[in-house]
Amino acid sequence: MPVFEIRIHSRGGQGGVTAARLIALAAFYDGKQATATPFYGAERRGAPIVAFVRICDTPIRTCSQVKEPDLVVVLDPTLLPTVNVLKGLAPGGTVLLNSPHKVALDGFRTVTADLTGIALVLDLVIAGSPVLDTSVLGVLAKIGVITLDSAKRAIAENFTDARNVAAAERAYQEVAA
Amino acid sequence: MHTIATGNRGVAEAVREAKPGVIAAYPITPQTEIVELIAQFVAGGTMAGTYIPVESEHSAMAACIGASAAGVRTFTATSSQGLLYMHEMLHWAAGARLPVVMANVNRAVAPPWNVWADHTDSLSQRDTGWLQVYVATAQEAYDTTLMAFRIAEHEEVLLPVMVNLDGFVLSHTMQPLETTPAGDFIPPLHLPHAIDTSQPAGYGPLTGPEYYYTFRWEMERSMRDARQVIREVEEAFYQKFGRRYGPSEEYRMEDAEVAIVAMGTLGREAQVAVDRLRGEGIPAGALRLRWFRPFPRLDLAGREVVVIDRDYSFGFGGVLARSLQATTPCEPYSVIAGLGGQEVTYADIAGFVRQRRPGDEYWFGVDAGV
Amino acid sequence: MAEIPKEEFLLPTTSACAGCSSSLCLRYILKASGPDTVLVIPACCTSVIQGMYPKTAFQVPVYNIAFAAAASCASGMSAAFRALGRKTKVIVYAGDGGTVDIGLQALSGAFERETDFLYICYDNEAYGNTGMQRSGATPVGARTTTTPGGKTHPKKDIELIVEAHRPPYLATACSAYPTDLFQKVKKALAIPGASFIHILAPCPTGWKFPPGKTIEVGKLAVKTGMWVLYEREYGRLAISAPSKGAMTRPLPLTDYLSTQGRFAGITPEQVQELEGEIARRRERLLREVE
Repeated sequence: MPVFEIRIHSRGGQGGVTAARLIALAAFYDGKQATATPFYGAERRGAPIVAFVRICDTPIRTCSQVKEPDLVVVLDPTLLPTVNVLKGLAPGGTVLLNSPHKVALDGFRTVTADLTGIALVLDLVIAGSPVLDTSVLGVLAKIGVITLDSAKRAIAENFTDARNVAAAERAYQEVAA
Repeated sequence: MHTIATGNRGVAEAVREAKPGVIAAYPITPQTEIVELIAQFVAGGTMAGTYIPVESEHSAMAACIGASAAGVRTFTATSSQGLLYMHEMLHWAAGARLPVVMANVNRAVAPPWNVWADHTDSLSQRDTGWLQVYVATAQEAYDTTLMAFRIAEHEEVLLPVMVNLDGFVLSHTMQPLETTPAGDFIPPLHLPHAIDTSQPAGYGPLTGPEYYYTFRWEMERSMRDARQVIREVEEAFYQKFGRRYGPSEEYRMEDAEVAIVAMGTLGREAQVAVDRLRGEGIPAGALRLRWFRPFPRLDLAGREVVVIDRDYSFGFGGVLARSLQATTPCEPYSVIAGLGGQEVTYADIAGFVRQRRPGDEYWFGVDAGV
Repeated sequence: MAEIPKEEFLLPTTSACAGCSSSLCLRYILKASGPDTVLVIPACCTSVIQGMYPKTAFQVPVYNIAFAAAASCASGMSAAFRALGRKTKVIVYAGDGGTVDIGLQALSGAFERETDFLYICYDNEAYGNTGMQRSGATPVGARTTTTPGGKTHPKKDIELIVEAHRPPYLATACSAYPTDLFQKVKKALAIPGASFIHILAPCPTGWKFPPGKTIEVGKLAVKTGMWVLYEREYGRLAISAPSKGAMTRPLPLTDYLSTQGRFAGITPEQVQELEGEIARRRERLLREVE
């Protein structure tokens, strides 16, 4: 299996980096090798950030940025006008968007899930921000990047609030592929 | 524990296993997670020891010196400016023959401000008498930090050890990590010259020209003896934990005609470049240097050498390239790449090898490639 | 009272967090100082807020310097400008970490030498730029990433420390009262020698409250007496108008503490300790004013 590369776009404080870590952990529990790398500098909320995940059957020896992702995840749709989230994504590649409506992106396969809506319904909000980094794993499980069981295990180990696992399960059910 | 964890976490977990009595540290990006985890471990009661949140890095090393002089195992961590700020005290810790262990998360030196990976910080401290090792994975960070305490505290060494890990690229990248309990791998610290009020002595007093040099010679003697101690400790580690390390990590070097020499994560990225080059019929190999101090005598005879320096010594050259030239016959193609976190991929490294010219220096991003 | 000019010296859409006190303060500080100003900043949130090369968010020169060295750098710079016959205002704008901890030596030296500059400490009570670790300015009971159980040591009183250097002007301010800050900066810059302004800068990211509540939290700090707004001109104390009410009828401290996630888990003993400090300071200031 060649390396499967994911690029996650979000804003500081939304959990993009945490999402990357959880995805890598879930893949690890699936028996894979996995790495998760953030690309950010000094800490501040609201700034666009990128995180990368690599999943492979063999040890991953590269830590450089993912240039040609197989999957792009966009946690904050307001990034679309300002950040080229599609850069390097092969034609026909998959984009996973946090959005309440279906979004079409020419030439790419889009998968949408209303992660913000799920967070609000479960009242999973911290310091004013809806929690997105746990529910997104449910979507990744639905499209087969990780298994739902490993996703739930990774989440449960890192969050005591059971609503996080519930959010992932909801996202798994609700995602429109 | 077998999980996915950052390089920083690997260090913090190893420190917890090593059970230092005093940790004195000051936060600086990208080291902060180490300090925060230690504070959490101590506050949560899962780690013995006292954590002192000192007010600067100079004070961090000074506090470690004080604690170590009292005969207690100590640890600190820093990066870049913080390391530079404690420079005077780095000399002090080594000269005082104290087995302080420090993790340095390699980061570029200001100005301008830059928080990303670069080796100029630690390499500019190469004269201080500290042992220096460079790791490339979270597992290696954990394992090497454990070994660092045992090496530093060995009676034939008694010199401080700096464990270096690349900022963000390793410190913040999550990778598989197995934290095997240390058990009795690190024996208790017995510092022969620990402060003892029943045997009062002066520590580091004014010393005239007729004696001073003898202390400097003793430091160098221990630095040389450290080579054998490192070998022994790494062998003991392999026997107990099943993971083998050496002065360098070699990849496809047996029949290599071109050797790519680098330190840290680029040394591992180079392995991917080697596979690519081999596919093109270029017999490349990668040599990732781990122990920079004491500097090894490498045998690069009969091979072309491409050296990647993630650092620079102005008016002189890449520190790794020049160090190799000084210690072993070779005419390296000296590549200066990765400064301030400059992106260097395995594709770029393969390019360096294809364009190599022995004896030349190539600044990636500045000079035109061939 | 000087009128606040309309000209902006800090461009909109900086890299600050949503709800940042500091960018609000900087706007008013620079309006008070005007274009013939140099900001000297050590490592702090502003190092990031100014933006990344090749752009800058500031319309005045910003000199970045090592964490420990802001006041000593400013000391040299001020001496140089005066030697050139220039009246350029040198303002150090440093966080609490760079002031009360690593920057304290340089600060003390610069004030002892009566450097002609203004030192402003914007205090968000933690190391903000590196992710909210504790500083000497973190109050008792506050959770930070390095005091997960709440800080046990009391907040270092930097105002008393600076007062010991007998500066011609010392004042406190708060981002929730920008016009008060503006007036104080104007006054400080008109007085030759070393002036000090200590600004409480509520930080939504570090103190854990929604970004829209920055002003409310600042006002509660003042109304509970947790933060006192005052000035000392040549040592003579004047309580500022927004703090007058709190000197006699402060709101309960818990009104302030309950707005912030960093005080979740503060013990009743720690609350009492803080209340005791507030009461003692209030008495001391009231006695002095009489």
